[in-house]
Parts: sequence; structure tokens; C-alpha cells
Amino acid sequence: MKPPLFSYHDPRTTADVVALLGRLENAKLLAGGQSLMPMLNMRYVLPDHLIDLNRVDALRYIRGTDGAIEMGAMTAQRDIEFSDVVRKRRPLMHEAIAQVGHRQTRNRGTLGGSLCHLDPAAELVAVAAALDAKVSIAGKNGARTIDFAAFPIAYMTPALEPDELLTGVTFPCWRPGHGFAFVEFSRRHGDFAIVSAAALIEEDPDGNLTRASLTLGGMGPAPVRAHGVERALIGDKPEEKHLREICESLRALEAVDDIHAPASYRRQLATVLSRRALLKAHERVAVTRPS
Amino acid sequence: MSETRKIAVMVNGKRREATVPVRVTLADFLRHELRLTGTHLGCEHGVCGACTILLDGQSARSCLMLAVQADGCEVTTVEGLASDPKTLHPLQQAFHDHHGLQCGFCTPGILMTLIELLRDNPNPTEDDIRVGISGNLCRCTGYQNIVVAALDAAKRLRTAGSA
Repeated sequence: MKPPLFSYHDPRTTADVVALLGRLENAKLLAGGQSLMPMLNMRYVLPDHLIDLNRVDALRYIRGTDGAIEMGAMTAQRDIEFSDVVRKRRPLMHEAIAQVGHRQTRNRGTLGGSLCHLDPAAELVAVAAALDAKVSIAGKNGARTIDFAAFPIAYMTPALEPDELLTGVTFPCWRPGHGFAFVEFSRRHGDFAIVSAAALIEEDPDGNLTRASLTLGGMGPAPVRAHGVERALIGDKPEEKHLREICESLRALEAVDDIHAPASYRRQLATVLSRRALLKAHERVAVTRPS
Repeated sequence: MSETRKIAVMVNGKRREATVPVRVTLADFLRHELRLTGTHLGCEHGVCGACTILLDGQSARSCLMLAVQADGCEVTTVEGLASDPKTLHPLQQAFHDHHGLQCGFCTPGILMTLIELLRDNPNPTEDDIRVGISGNLCRCTGYQNIVVAALDAAKRLRTAGSA
């Protein structure tokens, strides 16, 4: 249970990280270490070089802009939890972050680390999918930005070349007063979810749904956007009976079978948690709607 | 040949310098190099919480950090809680009074977790405490007396603060 031998690098700038990635063979980036360090201790990964990002200060920021919130890849989960701008303008993320691990792990764990590790049931991964986030990537051929939807390319595999790193994430805003809910089922507080559901909705003054986003985490290798349900909801009033019917369609989703739960159980959770998330999101719109 | 680095860490208020192999975890550095064996190692993969320390005032799992990453930082371990060897910290005293420990293996980690919690939230509910220590595993107590001790410690620390 000790990390293997490696060379350690602690660059100070993104450009230095890119240069190291271009030069070193079998290098691994170390962010908050809450997943990579256990993997090193258990020797699931055997890098020749470890590039520690913790001293690259430029990768740690939360900025509210007009239509979005931008965050650096090395922003600590703790910083997100205690950020006023996240609580006010990204309430879905604020609700989800409290369910990410524990205080000790959120103090060190980072946004970028979670997104690149890409655990299928990770809360931040589901939130990024729900909010149509865009990810910024730097490499030796310059910077590029892609939709988060295109970021997971396989089980726990992000769309990054060996000489690239994730530098930041942009979360576009929803209208002030939108409804939101992040609900998950896990055996113990702080565990990865077996299934999670993230819902966002906007309604017109008559209570008809005008925009919806529903994301399920933990079902497969990457979060699933339930586009069918999103489309079916538009124009209707989100009442419980109606939601129950629409969410039944989620039983057709593919789901993984593993030691934590069989696929049929995950499908059952997907239908129930989606209904609960949408209902809770709807109730929160009602609270903030001008009378 | 193992790569090494010279580091300087403030541990419990004392500056400690050492040359360490870069792959050594902060937990092993504290225990083996500094002989501060109050920090315990249970699982060594970030699940049990026994190795919790404060890094610049924030709780962290010292098995999930390299010693080189603590270079220039302040580290507080369970040895740094009491003001002198004969007196317990009010939180430690509350654990003693309420049987908040049995075998004691998880206790250092739970104490360090609660130090941060009670500092940030001096008037916690039982629920706050249960969620707060959810990253620390105890196989003896069933947590009940840990929660009782933590609530009592919060009261004692509030009284001490206002005195």
C-alpha cells in the first residue's frame, strides 16, 4: 500500500505542464489526489512521472460572467461548496457538491480531477452533463474547447490526448429562478451514487414547462441525458401523475449490472429518482415565481 | 534509485526539515520520519479517515498526499491539540468523559475532523456532526458516544470562548 517509484514534477504554469507532457513518457497528472493517490497506493497505476498541478495557481478560480460561470480545473470542491456565486447562480451544483465525498476529500479534491477521472457515478460529472458545460483543453498544438457531452469517450476515459490537460470548465447559466434538484441513491452518505438524477426546469408564468434538462448518473459508462423525457415535458404542467407516466419511459435505458446493483434495479431507480428530481425542481420554480 | 527532495513543513508549530523520497506519503512522513505516531493508518486508500490531519487548517487525508506536497505548509496532528502533555484539549476531555472511544484506532482522525467542524460551526446539530464524521469509520462505538462527546465538546468550547 505504498506508491510505486516515480519522478516528481511540480510546475508553476500551464505552459510548463504542457511542456512536461510533451517531453515525458508515461506521465500522469496529479490534481487533488482523492482518486489517483489510492490508485498509486494500490499500484493500479504505475507512472514513470507524476506531474503535480497543485502549484499551478492560474488553474484555480471561480468567475461569474454575464451568461456563465467559469471555473479553473484545479478549483477545489471545497471552493465550489462555499462559493456565493455558485450558490446563487448554480444552485444545482451547490446541492450536488455536498454529496461529493466528505469534508476531508472535498478540501483536496478538484473539479478537473473529478471530470477527468470520469467515474460514471460522480456527482460533478452528472452536473457538467446536466448544465451543457464546455471544457477547455490545452496542449502543444494550442487550446481548444469542446462540449462536455463529447468529453467522455469510453469508461473512465476523457477525450484528452496524452499531451493535453483540462484547464477550465464553463457552465452556461439558466434563467434566475429556474427550478433545480440533484437527488441520488447511495448506501451511505458520501459514497458514489448508485444512480443519481439532476433536473433543471424553466416555466412560463402559467406554470407551463418551457425548458428542461434531465441527466442520469451511474447508469452506464457516462451520464445519460434523457432527451426524450426533456422533449416530452415541454409545454406541459409538471404534475406528479404526468411525470410518473413520462418517467416510465426511462425503463428502456441501458444500465450496467455490477456488485452494487443489478441493471433492473438501476432502471427502477432511474424512473423514481427522475420523477422526484423533476417534482422538486418544479416546486422550487413555484417558490421563486413572481406572483 | 529513489528520487528525493528537501522539504520544510511547520508541524504542530515547529519547523521540521527533511529530505524525503518523493513517493512517501505525508502520513508515512509524519509517522516514520517525525515519529508522530498519533496519526493512524487504517486503509491507506482514503476510506477510513484514521489518518486525517489539518493542512493549513483544513482537514485532509494524509495517506492521499505526498510529503513533498506539504512543503511550505502548516500541518496539525493529534499531538498538536493539547497545550501541554498533562492536559487534554476540551474535545479530547469530552471523548474521555463520554467513552467516545473504545480501541482508539479511529480517534485521532475523528478528533482532527471535529476540530475543523467545531471551528467552522461552533453550534452544530447532531445531524451536522453525523454528516461531519461520515468520512471516518469506527468499528467499536456505533458512533453514539462519539456524537454525544462532540456535542458536549461544542458546548464546552462555546463556554470557554465566551468566558
